[in-house]
Amino acid sequence: MTVYVFDGTMNGLLTAVFDAFALHEQPQQLLMKGDALPLFCDHTYQVTTDGEKARRVWVGLEKRLPREAMKLISVSWLSELRELNQPLFLYICKVFRHGNIARNFSDVDVLAVTNIARRVLHEQLRMKQFIRFQKAKDGTYLTVVSPDHNVLPLITDHFQDRFNDQPWLIYDARRHYGYYYDGGTVIRVTFEDEAAVPFDLSNGKMDAEVLSSDDALFQDLWRTYFKAICIKERMNPKKQLSDMPRRYWKYMTEKNE
Amino acid sequence: MLTEKTMEKLRILAESAKYDVSCSSSGTVRKGKTGMVGSTVGGVGICHSFADDGRCISLLKVMLTNYCMYDCAYCINRRTNDIRRATLSVSELEEITMEFYRRNYIEGLFLSSGVVRNPDYTMERLTAIARDLRLVHRFNGYIHLKSIPGCSQELLNEAGRYADRMSVNIEIPKEESLKLLAPEKDHQSVFQPMRLIQQGVLENKEDRKRYRHAPRFVPAGQSTQMIVGATKESDRDILQMSSMLYGQPTMRRVYYSGYISVNTYDPRLPILKQPPLVRENRLYQADWLLRFYHFNVEEIVDDQHANLDLEIDPKLAWALRHPEAFPIDINTADYEQLLRVPGLGTKSAWLIVNSRRFNRLTSYDLRKMGVVMKKAKYFITCNELTDGYAVPIVGINELHPERLRPLLVSKTQQKRVAEERQLKLEFEE
Repeated sequence: MTVYVFDGTMNGLLTAVFDAFALHEQPQQLLMKGDALPLFCDHTYQVTTDGEKARRVWVGLEKRLPREAMKLISVSWLSELRELNQPLFLYICKVFRHGNIARNFSDVDVLAVTNIARRVLHEQLRMKQFIRFQKAKDGTYLTVVSPDHNVLPLITDHFQDRFNDQPWLIYDARRHYGYYYDGGTVIRVTFEDEAAVPFDLSNGKMDAEVLSSDDALFQDLWRTYFKAICIKERMNPKKQLSDMPRRYWKYMTEKNE
Repeated sequence: MLTEKTMEKLRILAESAKYDVSCSSSGTVRKGKTGMVGSTVGGVGICHSFADDGRCISLLKVMLTNYCMYDCAYCINRRTNDIRRATLSVSELEEITMEFYRRNYIEGLFLSSGVVRNPDYTMERLTAIARDLRLVHRFNGYIHLKSIPGCSQELLNEAGRYADRMSVNIEIPKEESLKLLAPEKDHQSVFQPMRLIQQGVLENKEDRKRYRHAPRFVPAGQSTQMIVGATKESDRDILQMSSMLYGQPTMRRVYYSGYISVNTYDPRLPILKQPPLVRENRLYQADWLLRFYHFNVEEIVDDQHANLDLEIDPKLAWALRHPEAFPIDINTADYEQLLRVPGLGTKSAWLIVNSRRFNRLTSYDLRKMGVVMKKAKYFITCNELTDGYAVPIVGINELHPERLRPLLVSKTQQKRVAEERQLKLEFEE
C-alpha cells in the first residue's frame, strides 16, 4: 500500500497530485503530517510542498473543470476538515485521468467533496443570517462569531455590499482573526493581545464603556419583538432548533441574555 | 427619542401583525449603492432568526396601527375586539427599522396597517414611510407593503415605486364565506388592487425596455394569503384559487395560514382546539407541487378527492392513485418524470440527471446521494433491479396501492392527524 504524507496545506495537496503523476503511481491514501500510518504500509512518500508544482496542477485543473467546479473546490477547502484531504486528492487525480467529472455524483470522491462544500456554503449562509452587530461609541459595528468552518472570506463581500457606509468588524473567536471594514476596503486583522479586546469572546458582548449609549435600548427592543412575534398556539421548538442550531445562540442578541 | 413606551407599542403591534404569515424577502436582487445602506439578495432570501414557533423572522413585520374600522370575524384586530391598541409614529418606525437593519437583525420592513378613517388616508401613511426610508434614510433594503383595499390608484402607483413587494390578502377563497365573516368586504375589493399592481408592473416592464434606468415598480411581485380552516372551503377550492393566482404574471407566493381561534366568542367561526397545522402543511406541499414539480391542480385534487389526504403527502397520494405511471426507470426517465416519484425532490432529480450521464445508477448510488428511498423504492427501477436474477422486484404494481399505503404511513403521523381531526371536550373539574 502506497501512502503519501503532506503538510496539510492546499499547495501541499496539489504538489502530492503532481508527484503522483511524475512518479507514475496512485497512492491509496493521503495523510497529513502527524496522522497515524495504516497497519500494512509498505511505501510512504513525504511530499515536499513546491509552489511551482502546485501552480501547474491548479492551472491544469482550471483547463479541465468549469469555473463553478473550481469554486466548489476552493470552498470545500475552507471546511478545514481532515476527512476532506483524501477525497479531494483522489478527485483531482481522477480529473486528470478522466476529464470533467464534477457532476458525476455517483463517484464517492466527487460526492464527498461536493457535500463538504455544500456544508461550508450552508454555514456561510448561516453567518449572513445570524450575525448580530453591536454599535460601539465610535460608530463601529462589531460582532464575534465562531463558525465550524472558516467561512469569513466568503461573507465579507456580502457585508461590504450591504453596509457600505458603516465601519464594521467581524471577528472569528475560534480562529483568532477577523475582517475590518473602514468604509473603503476590507482588511484582515488580528489582535496582538486578545485578552485586552473590549469585548467578551465567549459571548460576543461588548464592554459597557465602549458600547454606544442607545445600543442596549435597541437590543431590548429586538428581544421584545422576538418574543412578541411568536404565536403561542404553534410552538415548535424542534423546527426552531433545526433552522437555528444552539451552537449559534451564544452570540445572538435575542438568545444570549 | 425612543422610550419605554415605544417598546410597549412595538410589542402590541408585532402581536397584531404576527398572524400574517408572509415572510419572504426574496424575488429581487439589488446590489448595494454608494450612499445608501442595504441590499437585497434574491434567491431564497435571508432569514435572520427563528421564533419559538419555528417561523422565520426575515423582515420586521409590524403594523403601523392596530386600530381598524372593519369588523372581520377572523381578524384579531377587528374593531369590536377588546385588545390594547397602539400607533407607532412615523419617525419611531423609521428609526427602529434603520437601527435594526444596521445591526443585521432584519432584511427589511414588512409594513401593514389597520384601516383608519378611510383606505386612502391609511395607504398615504404607509407610502410616506416607504418614501421616507428610501429618500431620507437612504434605505436600500427590502420593503414589503400591504396595499389597503379600496385605496386610490395614484397612491398605489407611488407606493409601488418604493416597495419591493406588495400584497393584498384574499383571506377567504370563496366570496360567500367572505361575505359571511366580513360583511364590509368583497372579493372585488381584493382583486382590484391586485390588478392595479399587476398593471403597474407590466407597464414598468415595457418602460424599462425603452429606458434602461426607469425606476422599477414592485420588482419582487405580489403575494397573498388564505386562511385555512375558518370556513367550509375544501382544499380543492383553495388550490384552484392559488393555481388561478399563479397563472397571473406577477403573483409570486400564496401563503396558507392555519386558522388560530383568536375570536372564540364569535358563533360564525369554528371552535378549534389547535390550529390545523397538518392540513396547512399538506397545502404547502401541494403548492410546491404546483410551482416546482409541474403538477396541475386537477391532478392533486379532483371531484372524488376534494380534500388532501392528511396522512400522506399529496405527491404520494397522486402516485397511489396512478400506479400505471410507475415504475419509473431512474436511468432513462426525463426530469419531469423523476419529479413525480414520491421521495424524489428537485435536488435529487437534478443530481440523478447529471450523474447518469457518466454511468448507470444503482439504488446504492441513490442512497449515497441522499435520496430518501423509504418511499421512492416502490416506484423506481434502477440498474440492478432490472437484472433477471437480481432481487425480485417489489414495486407498487406488485404490492397494489391499497397494501402499499399502510407501509408508508407512520404511527406518529396518524396520531397527529387524529388529534387534529378530533373535537376535544373539556370537562370542568
